Amino acid sequence: MNQMNNLNDITNLNDASNISSETDHSILVCCGTGCLANNSYDIYNLLKQKLELTEISVKPYIKSTGCNGLCEKGPVIKIYPDDISYFKVSIDDVDEIINKTILKHEIIDRLLYFDTNEKKKVISHKDATFYKHQQKIALRNIGEIDPLSIEDYVKKDGYKALQKILFQMNPEEVIKEIESSELKGRGGAGFPTGSKWRTCLRFNNYPKYVVCNGDEGDPGAFMDRSIMEGDPNTVIEGMIICGYAINSNIGFLYIRDEYDLARKNMQIAIDNAKKHNYLGKNIMGSSFDFDLQIVRGGGAFVCGESSALMASIEGNVGEPRAKYIRSVEKGLWNQPTVLNNVETWANIPPIILNGSDWFKNIGIKNNTGTKVFSLVGKVKNTGLVEVPMGTTLNELVYNIGGGIIKDRNFKAVQTGGPSGGCIPKEHLNISLDFDSLKSIGSMMGSGGVIVMDDTTCMVEIARYYMEFLAEESCGKCTSCREGINTLLKILTNISEGKGETDDLDLLLQLCNTIKEASLCGLGKSAPNPVETTLKYFKEEYIDHIINKKCSSGVCKKLTSYYIEKENCIGCGICKKKCPSDAILGNLKECHEIIKECCIKCGTCYLNCPKNAIKIGGGFDEC
Amino acid sequence: MIVDSKTDYMESIDIIKKYPKEKRFTLAILQDIQKQYGFIPKPVMFYISEYLNEPISSIYSMATFYKALSLKPKGKNIIKVCNGTACHIRGSNSILDELINILKINAGETTKDGLFSIEIVNCLGACALAPVMVINDKYYGSMTKEKIENIINNYRRQSYESNE
Repeated sequence: MNQMNNLNDITNLNDASNISSETDHSILVCCGTGCLANNSYDIYNLLKQKLELTEISVKPYIKSTGCNGLCEKGPVIKIYPDDISYFKVSIDDVDEIINKTILKHEIIDRLLYFDTNEKKKVISHKDATFYKHQQKIALRNIGEIDPLSIEDYVKKDGYKALQKILFQMNPEEVIKEIESSELKGRGGAGFPTGSKWRTCLRFNNYPKYVVCNGDEGDPGAFMDRSIMEGDPNTVIEGMIICGYAINSNIGFLYIRDEYDLARKNMQIAIDNAKKHNYLGKNIMGSSFDFDLQIVRGGGAFVCGESSALMASIEGNVGEPRAKYIRSVEKGLWNQPTVLNNVETWANIPPIILNGSDWFKNIGIKNNTGTKVFSLVGKVKNTGLVEVPMGTTLNELVYNIGGGIIKDRNFKAVQTGGPSGGCIPKEHLNISLDFDSLKSIGSMMGSGGVIVMDDTTCMVEIARYYMEFLAEESCGKCTSCREGINTLLKILTNISEGKGETDDLDLLLQLCNTIKEASLCGLGKSAPNPVETTLKYFKEEYIDHIINKKCSSGVCKKLTSYYIEKENCIGCGICKKKCPSDAILGNLKECHEIIKECCIKCGTCYLNCPKNAIKIGGGFDEC
Repeated sequence: MIVDSKTDYMESIDIIKKYPKEKRFTLAILQDIQKQYGFIPKPVMFYISEYLNEPISSIYSMATFYKALSLKPKGKNIIKVCNGTACHIRGSNSILDELINILKINAGETTKDGLFSIEIVNCLGACALAPVMVINDKYYGSMTKEKIENIINNYRRQSYESNE
């Protein structure tokens, strides 16, 4: 593709590439981080090598794509035009795939996906329950295109929105379109994107900056990583559109230190976009200039907060500041700045291209569009899902997620990462949108959904989040720095059996102080996990404090295991699995756990086919 | 602070000079230095301070604030154990315990032979493969205690072979 300098050339390029890639002969190998961990790149290379040497009438085009979402079942391979998807492919399967599927169009049953909801195997991934209930806007191209090929992106209507605004719309019209789409920022706070842009446009103080927040630090969330890795061009296009709308010529992408692949793909995409004149001077032959630079994060959670992120770009320690003046007026280097999250940027091009009415029809009132969730934890199908706003938690966990691993009991869901809250079973029917989640003490956050079952201890989870936040607090505000540490100390005491009844009131008091007296979002929302677990799982705290018992078997000092004589069938599984030889008993006779030898790992408890192994308190006789 | 007397880290000047003399490149320079030496040597902080015309205290505060930077040398193989929420509830602690048991060092420390460092990280974004461990750039998903010894031994063998 040559550099394009006028509108005619661009139109021609779009016509030439107007072939749907799904009818192409192509093999798509998922090379997202999840599949890469299972050697998908070796599979990609071997497929390429072997196909070179194979005699075949139409040579399929082999692409490495971004994440398909269902990482747990990776590596994933999709074969078009037959529309066959193979899961858990290994390097040894490559020959068989070429000989059977590519050459003879036969399906290899063993590699098909087994849909646990429908109890049958599916040929195309689109028929799996995991994908059927999804609607993709931000993730629309991911898994379908080669992220490093700008041609692939252009084929999927890429940079058409940019072309539309540059030649058919003025900045005012662009902002109006975003405003009327009612798009809310996907980074967590849910601030309306359109009005942020409008405020920034009002200030005539130049230069202005456009910033992308790719410092995805919430443990358990990886939607931004997937977008940057799998479809970097959509983020670039979104940012250029904003630049045009607010009259800015430079943008920064702040990408988390741990995300090597995302940074690499983003850099290649920027270089390619420059080569093809989608970035740089006189974009697509218009009079608009825009440049983008990547800034690598330093590995600090607090830098996901907007003012800390800007401080970090400026070359300072990432500490937040008080926001009496918003960053749209005085942000980066005290200039007007629009900062949005990766997923927000990915939503911009489709909104411009399809119009705000189209977008508003998806989702529910006041919460339009879709949201990407990373569904992880004790759920059968873990991975990335994108559903319309207003989908219920129940649908997400049971339809798309396929329910709880080993069909154990659902206990809670944590949304919004360390700043969010735990949602109990009673609220399984809650609609997933910004307002509903806030109303029950949790928050949308960036979209991490962590499913917990009855083997997760809620006191320990609260303790875990406080440990995380104590480490990540930047230390500027005393209430956050000292307060979270004290919360952690009290929770650790409780989980070790040293808790007292007064502790619960003390926890709540501290939570209030931290919320009131901290400057930034990290401190203000830090007590959420403690508050929600106290609200919905108070009996578990009391069990720990008064009965000295952790009924989930997580807090080791408050756990012991014993075998219920009447249920034990003497199968010997527990004895065989026990890593410390602490179980005695002959086959077909009742077994026994020797307390002195037991290391409380819980292996026997999780493996007993008759549920005969029970959890007792820390000081019970076994 | 360990300063190796055999070297004065003069190569670092070339790395520093690749960047324009602007404050905003401090973090990027420090990251390149970290990559080159495995830590931020004290003399290099002075070079950066001089080059950017920034007080040494601000370079030092950057080097200690960001987790990607370290003042102590790290091992040849860096083992990152993910303790993100998804990994945590799927048992990342038992992975860490086993590593500590095998390597006889705690998280944040380096083995005496300089081969391994253990680090705890908060989410690597590979939650669907929980629990996850990463050695250098290689991901090990769905980890179990039992798999660890073999993996560590492989790295040991590799480095003995490369030494021979």
